[in-house]
Amino acid sequence: MQESAMMLNTTELLAIPALPLIASLIVGLFGWALKEKISHIITSASVIIAAVLSAHVFMQVLDGASFYGNFWTWMLSDTFVVPVGMMIDRLTAIMMLTVTIVSACVHIYTIGYMHGDPGYSRFFSYISGFTFSMLVLVMGNNFFTLFFGWEAVGLVSYLLIGFWFKRESANFAALKAFIVNRIGDFGFAIGILAIWYYFGTIDYREVFTQVEAFVAQGDVLHFMGWEMSAITFICLALFIGAMGKSGQVPLHVWLPDSMEGPTPISALIHAATMVTAGVFMVARCSPMFEFSETALAAVVLVGAITAWMCATIGLVQNDIKRVIAYSTCSQLGYMFVACGVSAYSAGIFHLMTHAYFKALLFLAAGSVIHAVMADQDIRRMGQLREYMPITYITMLIAALALSGVPPFAGFWSKDLIIEATMVREFTEYGWVGSFGYFAVLTAVFMTAFYTFRMFFLTFHNSDRVPAETKPHVHESPKVITVPLMILAVGAMLAGAWGVMALDIANPEAAAGYFGDSIFVLDAHNPLMILAEESHGHAWYHFVFSAPFWLAIGGIALATLMYLRETAMPASLANALKPIYTFLLNKWYWDELYEKAVMRPAQWLGNWLWQKGDLGMIDKGMIHGGIVDSVKAGAVRMREMQTGMVFHYAFAMVIGVFGFLTYLLLKA
Amino acid sequence: MQLYNVLDFPILSLSIFLPTLGALFIWLFVRGDNAVRWSALAVSVATFIVTLPLALSFDTDTAHMQFEEFHPWIQAFNVNYQLGVDGISMPFILLTSLLTIICIVSAWECIRERVKEYMIAFLILETTLIGVFASLDAVLFYFFWEAMLIPMYLIIGVWGGKNRVYATIKFFLYTLAGSVLMLVAILAMYFKAGHTFSLLAFMDYPFDFTWQFWIWIAFFIAFAVKVPMWPVHTWLPDAHTEAPTAGSVILAGILLKMGAYGFLRFSLPMLPDASQYFVPFVVVLSLIAIVYISFVAMMQKDMKRLIAYSSIAHMGFVTLGTFMFTQQAMEGALFGMISHGFVAAALFLCVGVMYDRLHTREIGDYGGVVNVMPVFAAVMMVFCMANVALPGASAFIGEIMVLIGTFNPSDIAQANLAVSTKWIAIVATTSIVLSACYTLWMYKRVVFGDLTKDTVKTMKDMNIREFGYFVPLILLVVWLGFYPLPVLDVMHVSASHLIDQATGSKLDAAAALAQAMPAAHH
Repeated sequence: MQESAMMLNTTELLAIPALPLIASLIVGLFGWALKEKISHIITSASVIIAAVLSAHVFMQVLDGASFYGNFWTWMLSDTFVVPVGMMIDRLTAIMMLTVTIVSACVHIYTIGYMHGDPGYSRFFSYISGFTFSMLVLVMGNNFFTLFFGWEAVGLVSYLLIGFWFKRESANFAALKAFIVNRIGDFGFAIGILAIWYYFGTIDYREVFTQVEAFVAQGDVLHFMGWEMSAITFICLALFIGAMGKSGQVPLHVWLPDSMEGPTPISALIHAATMVTAGVFMVARCSPMFEFSETALAAVVLVGAITAWMCATIGLVQNDIKRVIAYSTCSQLGYMFVACGVSAYSAGIFHLMTHAYFKALLFLAAGSVIHAVMADQDIRRMGQLREYMPITYITMLIAALALSGVPPFAGFWSKDLIIEATMVREFTEYGWVGSFGYFAVLTAVFMTAFYTFRMFFLTFHNSDRVPAETKPHVHESPKVITVPLMILAVGAMLAGAWGVMALDIANPEAAAGYFGDSIFVLDAHNPLMILAEESHGHAWYHFVFSAPFWLAIGGIALATLMYLRETAMPASLANALKPIYTFLLNKWYWDELYEKAVMRPAQWLGNWLWQKGDLGMIDKGMIHGGIVDSVKAGAVRMREMQTGMVFHYAFAMVIGVFGFLTYLLLKA
Repeated sequence: MQLYNVLDFPILSLSIFLPTLGALFIWLFVRGDNAVRWSALAVSVATFIVTLPLALSFDTDTAHMQFEEFHPWIQAFNVNYQLGVDGISMPFILLTSLLTIICIVSAWECIRERVKEYMIAFLILETTLIGVFASLDAVLFYFFWEAMLIPMYLIIGVWGGKNRVYATIKFFLYTLAGSVLMLVAILAMYFKAGHTFSLLAFMDYPFDFTWQFWIWIAFFIAFAVKVPMWPVHTWLPDAHTEAPTAGSVILAGILLKMGAYGFLRFSLPMLPDASQYFVPFVVVLSLIAIVYISFVAMMQKDMKRLIAYSSIAHMGFVTLGTFMFTQQAMEGALFGMISHGFVAAALFLCVGVMYDRLHTREIGDYGGVVNVMPVFAAVMMVFCMANVALPGASAFIGEIMVLIGTFNPSDIAQANLAVSTKWIAIVATTSIVLSACYTLWMYKRVVFGDLTKDTVKTMKDMNIREFGYFVPLILLVVWLGFYPLPVLDVMHVSASHLIDQATGSKLDAAAALAQAMPAAHH
C-alpha cells in the first residue's frame, strides 16, 4: 500500500463532522421555534449524509487513499504548537463508518422512540452533537484533538444520562459518569503532558516515528523509589484515560448507571461508540504500547478482570438494560485483552462487530421497554415474541452474535481474540497471559448464558406481564423496526465481511486490512504465531475449538433453566445465597466507593473548611493573634469611632498619604 | 523613550479618566434613576470604545511599553505621571472596560436605592483599575492601588448583604495590611535605586540578594492577599458573599488579578533572584490552593461562597504558572486570568440572576430550576463546563498551558525545587477531577431535579436584558476556547521578555556596583 498514493478530498472530510455539528447547533439554538419534524429531519439528514460520505471515504481508503493535514492552529506558545488537523487512515476509516452508520440508525429510531417527549429537539441536538464529537475524536491527527473529542463526548454523555432531569437517579448517574470519567481524564492529561515533555510534539506521526529511538535511549522515571521507563509511564497514564471512558474496573461503576439515559443513547453512546473510544485510543497508540511490555500486561490484566467480573454480575441482573450494560463492560474487556496481547486488529474488529450487535440489542430492548410501558424489569416480561415478532427475531440475531455463535458477527471477532490470547506469551508477565486466557474463555460461557437468560425471560418463559400493561403491548412502528433490521444485517454479516472481504485476521499486520495504521512488533504478533501454528484454518475449525462449545453450553444451560426447568433458577439462587447476593449487588463496588471515596472526601472538605479556614486561620491567626492585640490598643481610640465604614476608609487613605508625604519631605 | 502610540493621542489617560469625568457629570447634572443608569452605561461603553485602539493598534512584536505618556508630577521627588502598557497589562485593561459595562447592565434592576451613588462608585472603580494596569510609576501605581479600595469598600458596605460590615472590615484590613508593606517596599526601592519611582528603572537596577529577599517578602504579602493565596484568602469568600452581584463580578474578574499582576510587574522583573529563591514556597502555596481549596469548595452550602473558593483554586494555577518561568506556563497564567475574568464573572452573574428572584444564595433553597428557567439552565451549564476547564472553553487553554509549562519547567525553577516538577504538575492536574466535583455537584443540586419547592416554582426565566449580558460572555469564552491565538499573540513577546528578566540574575551587577560605589565616594 503506497503512502499518500491518493489524497482524500479535504472538503468531503471536513463535511463529515461539520454536518452533524451544524445540524446540532441549528436544532439546539432554535429548537424552540422548530417543529418536531423539522428538528429530526435536519439532524437525521445530516448524519445520514455523513454516513454516506464516510462509506465513500472508506471505499477510497480501501483503494489506498489516505489523508493527513492541519487546518488551523489552536494553541501556540514558543515550541508548544497545537494544530487542529485530520489523519485519515484505515483505522480511522473503519471507526468513521461504524460511528456514522450506528448514529444514523439511532437517529431514525429516535424519531419513533422519543416522539412526544418535551425535550425532543434538545435530544436530537445532543445526539448530532455527539456524532460530531465522536468524529473529531477518531479523525484528529494529534493528542489534543483526541482529547477535545474525548471531553466533548463526555459532556454529551453527561447531558444525555441526565436527560430526564426530573429524576434524581438520572441526575446522580450523570454526575457520577462525569466525575468517574474525569478521573480517567486525569490520567489521560498526564499522558499528554508527558508526551509533549519527552517528544516535544503532540502530533501522532511525529510522536510515533520517534518512539523506537526514544525507547533505545532508555529514559527512566523515579517515583518514591519506584522506577519505570518513560514509555511505560506514558502508556499507563493514557490507559487510565481509556479505563475511564471504556468502563474498565475499577472505573466501570458509571457505565451501568448510565442506563438512566434514554435507550437510544445507551445504544449509541454507552455501547456502540463512545465507550469504545478507549480501545480506539490504545490501538491508535499501538506504536507506543508495543514498546512497553508492562503497559501491555496492564491492559490485558484490567481487560481480563473486567471481562470476567462484569460477566458474573450480568448473570443475575434483572433490569434488561443493566444486563446489556454489564455485557458491554465485559465485551470492552475483551477488546482490551486483544489490544494487550498485541492483537489490536482483533480488538478493533470486535469493536466494530460489537457496535452493530450491541446497538441492536439495546435498540431492541428499547422497543421492548416501549411496548411494556417503560418497565425494564425482565421479571415482569415473558412471552413477548407473540406480540413483537420483528423485535424478537432481530434480538435473537443480536443475542446469537453476542454469544459468539457462528456465523454471526460476534463469533468471528471474539474467536480471533481468544485464539490470540491463547498463543501470546508475555516474557515478563507470563501469568497475566494465562489469566487473560482463562478469563476470556470462561466469560464466553457466562456471556452466552446471561444473554439467553435475558432473552428467554423477555420473549419466552411464562407470561408475567402485569395485567394493566397487557393491552398496550404491541410491535413497535416501522420507524423503530427498520433501524433494527438494518443493524441486524450488520450483526449477521459484519464478522464474515471483516474476515473474508477485509482480511482483518491476516497475520502479516501490514498485509491485512489495517495496513500500517496499526503497528505490531513481529516478536509478539499473536496472529503471526497463530498462523504458524495452525497453517491456516479450515472453515469448520470452530467445531474443534473450546469457545464454540462453551457458547453452546451457555445457551444450553439457559435453555434448561429458563425454558425447561423454570423452578431451577430460584432454587439455585437459594442454594448459593451468598454468591447470588454478592453478584446481585455488583460486587459491592458502589458501596465501596461510597465508603472509601465519597464520604472521606466530603469529610475532608468539611474538616479543612471548619478546622482549617474557620478554625485555624480566621479564629486562630486573625482573631486570636492580630485582632485581639489590635483591640487592646484600640480601646483608647473608641471615642473616635463613628461606625461608618467609609469614614475609616477615608481616614486610612488620608493617613497613608500623610505618611507618604512625611517620608517624601524627610528625604 | 520610544513612542509606539500610533494615534499620538493619550489613549491611556483618556481611558483612565473618562469614567471619572463621566461620574462627575452624572453627579452634577443627571437626575432620575433611569437617566443615571443610561448615562452610566453610555460612559462605560464610551470607555470601552476608547480602550479598543489599545488592542487594535497594539504592536505584538515588541516587549517595550506602548502608548506611553510621560509628564512630571511631583518633581521634587521625581514622581512622574508615567503610563504605558505591554502585552501583560493591555489585555487586563480591555477586560476591565468590558466587565464594567456588564456590571452596569447587571445592576439595572436589582439596585434600586442610591442608584446614582452606585453608578458613580463603579465608574470611579473603573478609573482606578485601569490606572493600576497602566501605571509605570510606583507612586501612581500605589495611588490607584489604594484608591480602588474605597469604591469597592463602599459597594460592598452600602449595597451588600446582611453581614456586609464584617465582610468589608475584613476585606479592608487584609488588603490594607498588605498595602502598607507594599508602600514600605516601594519607598525602600526609591531610596536604593537612586531616587526614582519608575518601574522600568526598578527593573533595571541591580538590587543585591538580601535587599531583594526582604523587599520580595513585603511585596509578596501585599500581592498574596489580593490573589488571594492560602492562608490569607479567608476575606474573599466573605467579601464575595456579601457583595452585590456586580461587586462580585468586578472583584472576581479584575481585583483578584491585581495580586498576580503585581508578581508579574514587580516581583519577577525587579527581584529575580529572590523570586527564584522563593519558587518552592509559591509552588507549595499554589498546590494548597488547588487541592485544599477545592475540597473546601465542594462542601460549601452558599453558591457565592462556593464560586469564591473555586476562584481561589483557579488562581492557584495562575501563581503556579507565574513561578515556573516558562513561556507556556507564563502565557497560561496570563490567559487563565483573562479567562477566569469571564468565567467567574459569569458564574457570579448566574447566582445573581437566581438571587434576584429568591433572595437566597443557599444551594439547599433551590432545586429543579431548569423546569422553570430552561434558558438560564443552559447558560449556566456553559459556564459550569467552562469552570471545569472543558476543552473548547477558554479556561482549558489557560490550565493546560500552565500544566504543560509546569511539567516541563525552566532549568532555574527546577533547580530551586527538591522534587521533579512532573509531580507538581500531576498534583495540579487533580483539578480536572476536583473542579468537576464541586462545580457540577452544585449545578446538579441547584438546577436539576424535580420542582418540589414552592418558591422555585415562582421563578421566571431570564429577561432580554439578563440574557443580553450573558451573550458576549458566552461568545468570548467559546471564541477564546477555540481561537486563543489573538490573545496569545499579544502576550508572546512580553512574556518571553519577562521570563528573561525573571530567570536572569542581578547579583553580578549588584556586586560590581557595590565595588564601584566606595570608589565613587572617595
